[in-house]
Amino acid sequence: MSLLSPELLAHIGSKSEPQREIVTRRDIRKYAVATGSRQRKYLDGDQAPPMFHVPLFWDVVELNQLTPDGVSIDSLLPKFPLEKAMAGGLKIEYHKPIRPGDWLTSTRTLTDIYEKEGRSGSLIFYEVIMDVVNDDQELVIREKTTRILR
Amino acid sequence: MTVAEKSQRFADVRVGDSLPERDFDCDNVQLMLYNAVLWNGHRIHFDEPYTKEVEGYPGLVLAGPMLGDWLHQCVDEWLGDDGRILSVDYSNRQAAYVGDTLTSGGTITAVRPSEQEIDVDVFIKNKEGALVAPGTMVVRFGESW
Repeated sequence: MSLLSPELLAHIGSKSEPQREIVTRRDIRKYAVATGSRQRKYLDGDQAPPMFHVPLFWDVVELNQLTPDGVSIDSLLPKFPLEKAMAGGLKIEYHKPIRPGDWLTSTRTLTDIYEKEGRSGSLIFYEVIMDVVNDDQELVIREKTTRILR
Repeated sequence: MTVAEKSQRFADVRVGDSLPERDFDCDNVQLMLYNAVLWNGHRIHFDEPYTKEVEGYPGLVLAGPMLGDWLHQCVDEWLGDDGRILSVDYSNRQAAYVGDTLTSGGTITAVRPSEQEIDVDVFIKNKEGALVAPGTMVVRFGESW
């Protein structure tokens, strides 16, 4: 018997509100330092390193929206019948460079929910695609996250 | 952006070539700064008693996407201005902790002359040699940002 009810599967296709953010030299520099970058163009903030979109679009939520362990709840996701998160995967395509002063907008879509039989029982997989576009609506980055729940 | 110039560097690249390895020793300060940059308040990255006693981890857990960044650095540093990363596909396979020495590296698995592209298997390994974060990257030479 499937863990995935029709009600749950109906969430496939759900989209987040678009989130528009500005890229600053200071934020690039902080990211480059924190990741241990050794490249001047990133440390000086002239250009964003790969994966800079991760902090740029991380959810900024208020304190009372955090769980006791300090995690923000992803409002795009339904309540799943399995809750223990296992390793996740990330697939990222880089289409355009990111520089200070750029305005970028991300939209996240829950693109798939499916079930597989693992060695110790059922596993639920879900996929979220985040598209990042510039103000000319050109695709800058496409990121697909796959998460496994057990 | 310079588009697909003929790359001398690409001509010297062979399947089986290894990229330079690099060791990472992430301490509490770096982990705190990384999560501050993300705005990530998850306790397993800074609250050591909670992490050990409630979650049962041996130590503060390194943030998954930071290891993803290190995979990019491995290829990006090696490339310099001779090319750029087109895409990555990686997973966080097991946890790593403050105090671990992790090593990044990679091996070229495919060379496509018509596109001046290569595939690179990249990895983050721990001291025991276990794969913490494996992945693949597609790189194009003669084009840089």
